[in-house]
Amino acid sequence: MANAVFESPRQLEDAYALMADGLARPIAGATDALVQADGDLDAAHARIVDLWQLEELRGIAQQGDTLVIGALTTYTDIRRSPLIQETLPALAAAASTIGAAQIQNRGTLGGNIANASPAGDTLPILLAARASIDLGGTRGERSVSADAFWTGYRQTARQRDELILRVRFPILDGHRVWFRKVGTRRAQAISKVVMAAAWHPSTNGAWHDVRLALGSVAERPIRAIETERAIEGRRPSAALADQAAKVLIAEIRPIDDVRSTAAYRRAVAGGILHRLLSTT
Amino acid sequence: MKMALQVNGERHVVGVSGARRLLDVLREDLGLTGTKEGCGEGECGACSVLVDGAVVDSCLVPVGQVTDASIVTVEGLAADGVLNPLQQAFLDTGGAQCGMCTPGMLIAGQAFLASGEEATDDHIREAIAGNLCRCTGYTKIIEAIALAAERSA
Amino acid sequence: MVDTIVARRPVPGRAQLPPRREGPAKLTGAATFTDDLVVPGAWYGLTIRSTEPRARLVSVGFDHQFDAHDVVLVTADDIPGENVVSLISDDQPVLVPIGGEIRHFAEPLALVAAPDRSAVRAARAHVIVATEPLDPVFDPLESREEFSRYELERGDVDEAMAAADLIVDEIYRVGHQEQLYIENQAMIAIPREDGGVTVHGSLQCPYYIHRAMKRALRLDDDQAVVIQEETGGGFGGKEEYPSMIALHAALLARKCGKPVRMIYGRNEDISATTKRHPAIIHYRTGVAGDGRLLAHDIEIVVDGGAYRTLTPVVLSRAVLQAGGPYHCRNIRVRGRAMATNTPPNGAFRGFGAPQIGFADETQVNRVAATLDISPLVLRRQWIYRQGDTTPTGGRLDDSLGLSDVLEAATGTTQFEANRARAASQGRVGPVTSGIGLALGWHGAGLGGSGEVRTAAVASVELTADGRIRILTGSTEMGQGTKTILPQLVAEELGVPYTDVEIAPQDTSVVPDSGPTVSSRTAMVVGGLLVGAARHLRREVEERTGAPFAEAYKKAGPLRIDERFRPYPNVTFDDEQLRGDAYPAYGWGAAVARVEVDRDTGEVHVIECTAADDLGRVIHPVLAEGQVEGGTLQAIGYATIEEIKLQGGRYLNDRLATYLIPTSLDAPKITSILVEKPFTGAPHGAKGVGELPINVAAPAVVAAIHDAIGVWINELPATPERVLQALGSFPEHAS
Repeated sequence: MANAVFESPRQLEDAYALMADGLARPIAGATDALVQADGDLDAAHARIVDLWQLEELRGIAQQGDTLVIGALTTYTDIRRSPLIQETLPALAAAASTIGAAQIQNRGTLGGNIANASPAGDTLPILLAARASIDLGGTRGERSVSADAFWTGYRQTARQRDELILRVRFPILDGHRVWFRKVGTRRAQAISKVVMAAAWHPSTNGAWHDVRLALGSVAERPIRAIETERAIEGRRPSAALADQAAKVLIAEIRPIDDVRSTAAYRRAVAGGILHRLLSTT
Repeated sequence: MKMALQVNGERHVVGVSGARRLLDVLREDLGLTGTKEGCGEGECGACSVLVDGAVVDSCLVPVGQVTDASIVTVEGLAADGVLNPLQQAFLDTGGAQCGMCTPGMLIAGQAFLASGEEATDDHIREAIAGNLCRCTGYTKIIEAIALAAERSA
Repeated sequence: MVDTIVARRPVPGRAQLPPRREGPAKLTGAATFTDDLVVPGAWYGLTIRSTEPRARLVSVGFDHQFDAHDVVLVTADDIPGENVVSLISDDQPVLVPIGGEIRHFAEPLALVAAPDRSAVRAARAHVIVATEPLDPVFDPLESREEFSRYELERGDVDEAMAAADLIVDEIYRVGHQEQLYIENQAMIAIPREDGGVTVHGSLQCPYYIHRAMKRALRLDDDQAVVIQEETGGGFGGKEEYPSMIALHAALLARKCGKPVRMIYGRNEDISATTKRHPAIIHYRTGVAGDGRLLAHDIEIVVDGGAYRTLTPVVLSRAVLQAGGPYHCRNIRVRGRAMATNTPPNGAFRGFGAPQIGFADETQVNRVAATLDISPLVLRRQWIYRQGDTTPTGGRLDDSLGLSDVLEAATGTTQFEANRARAASQGRVGPVTSGIGLALGWHGAGLGGSGEVRTAAVASVELTADGRIRILTGSTEMGQGTKTILPQLVAEELGVPYTDVEIAPQDTSVVPDSGPTVSSRTAMVVGGLLVGAARHLRREVEERTGAPFAEAYKKAGPLRIDERFRPYPNVTFDDEQLRGDAYPAYGWGAAVARVEVDRDTGEVHVIECTAADDLGRVIHPVLAEGQVEGGTLQAIGYATIEEIKLQGGRYLNDRLATYLIPTSLDAPKITSILVEKPFTGAPHGAKGVGELPINVAAPAVVAAIHDAIGVWINELPATPERVLQALGSFPEHAS
């Protein structure tokens, strides 16, 4: 059987050229790619563009009031970054729940985004924290908001000739971003429900600019718009917790699968939102 | 394609597809069968090796990605037939039972010891959370890593 | 020499312990597991499996376009002998014959081999299987096919029940559990010049495979050779299934004339090989108002899966251990094992006891809660005392450390004080904690007259060149066989541990010491070797007039074969189920502390203390390793290990979906070894392999109850079940 053509460009322009016909399979840390190929990339793909050597896609930096994270940044890099700990600790928390050391040393933020699993652990944070995703190719660069990025089951706005370059998060003064993952075990678990919330608490304690996003409850990571509306402008309280949890349980449409049940996912999503609103 | 690999301090030239799993190249092309396959999908950690000091699952690494890297497998831990301090601690505490998770555990433990993190129970547990063991309940593995850290302190 | 390293860990009151015999090899990567063997010219074999739970096999073969040169296909027609995997009964075929019935998903239908992996995968894609579907049965309660049945009764259960002040009537359910040894099943077959086949594999029982090969391949004793390679865990999962794989590899090797590697991937291993039997256990317990145990009425239904395999023995252990380690004058136990169209269930550490142990102990804890008596106080009242008899009438006179383990585990953990503290703290906040207690027991050795029928042999020889060598078919799979057996022999002979070798587990070299199962190796085979060593020593000393240690190097060759003889005063009637069901029992107690998140139903076991009476402990570090590992497997069974079925197929057939505890899920495990020597064995050892897995699961369930006030009657206590028990969502919502 023929081996895959395996190319490891070191310059972004070279990578763009290799991607240009839209037929190559890009890989980064390969933690999903090799699983999906059942361990045999040669059998699964004719051409592979290995992005691992593209140093310019690595790194975490603040540019003005924007946090910019390169697509090849690993979960380990994210966990260890003082800048992320300071500006977006929820992302570091999410990164620390993915696999364990072996996966965190190889898995990348760009890979999590491109793989587009409904259970992708960082994705609700991107939705809640208003991230935008920069894409590039021979046709140039463009930026897509996280809201518009995941379009269906493992479908994204990335065109086949494009690469994910970096993610931008606005650094908003006084904003809180919160993250919670529920899996079956405490490491190496794929989420049953993953939730992120962002809000701006006003001086009287009311929450504004509320964004609530979830994974593992739909065919793609989603925002819970109706629940956001139910919380917007109100102060957390037992009554609000009851009401918002009820709205959320009605809003999401999870399924039964090998990992959990729809009923459990609903109850847990409601339960952890309830806890957030009654204890914050 | 021809590529050079640095494994346990030795340079090897192999002619393989860059898409092949590092695990297979180690076991089949270089005869380093100490690295084990337990699941082939990055869940069990039996195939753990160090790549430039970082612990990774070699079943999830296309070999073409590590041609410039320094790779350490379990065979690279003991020097001249003398167990290294972590291996010795595993032997002393009973940290190895069936032996199948052991190479990966040692590699994860080695990465942890090299990190300089304080060898608390919690830190050790987190460091080996990607390595499944079905024999020990992890008790004596954690004890071994703590003992190795203590002896080297 | 790495072999001379002595464990530095000080163990009070003991000489320094030898390190694990094969430890250095395992720690350096030098140990060779089956897939590590380099066999020049070997082909790769694959199994063609059914994709239906029940059907008639109409045909199987390559499609017409396929160029099948340099590929072999084996079907049932290629089997020279009987088409059975020899075990208890002859119902399971090596390959389903044309016209035969496919009885479960993933059943072997045919085999292919080719010179390399990609060629064999390509060949598999060209195999066409034609079937006619048949109606499957998945629910053991609806099944009409019974594999076995046992009934046991003493006293007058109905009368005692009528006199009870309280009857606790509960139904318990447990699901499948996967052994999940880290090394997948693996076998390599090499054709022999004498027309036979040698197999090298990952296995527990070389002589099971030897017998299976002789029958299905029509070989004589010498033509079938089975060699155990380093085995990366077994836990029962490599008791019977390796016979199937060895036959498959051997059939392919004979057909292509080359060595053939059959190395399972994880997905195939989980999909096709045996699991712990699911069970439904109906328990009625009658007690007096003061807590006295009056009667048990127990009904056990075990799901055997598609073939009988070892199911009758699993059921018999569940029946014989039903009622738990408590004296009960009036007890009725009815057990039946039913066939379903699911992959056969088989041996897994505990072997029927973890299922019944969960039900027994949860029942005791429920009685205590209902009567508002401490579960410790109630157990003190109920447990077996010296001279009590088991439901089969076996007298417990010897080696009864039950009260000792109960007091050790509860004393160390300050169980009563902690229970009171948890209760007084109330259930505030999302996470609440609880503590739970359970006891357990495990009959060591094969049950009933099993040891007598097996008539195991183990030998010690002095070679002509003056070496001491143990010859036994007992296998090392991580539990420590290769360390403790030389230890026992060295001690008996008065020579250093390192002077005693152990011969490879190769059927052409070692005798049949019986299967390496049922917590029997340390007790039974260890006892045989102590006996053999004793005879050897006497003979050498009588012959030379010098102490053995000085004389032995020039005293060979000399070999002593020791054959099993019944233990004194141990008898059993297999027909009537009367007498001593097991030669000796191990006794265990566990105290678990958990935290339960009431928002998510997640259970985190924080701490588990296990006290186990193993008889005389041969190697404390290895014995603790058994207790710790068995305890964590029990905690996995109690909390997260679950197989979901759809149409007779396991949905959790990968490591990403069948989850076992990681180091972060594992509690701090403390093991306390209690030694009540078994006087029937010359060295006083009982078994340790299985006991710990019987105990911790019900302790976890009791701790969950203590934490959140609800009982979980079905294992595992997944977050889904816990939330449901808390009433957080309706049963059939979605």
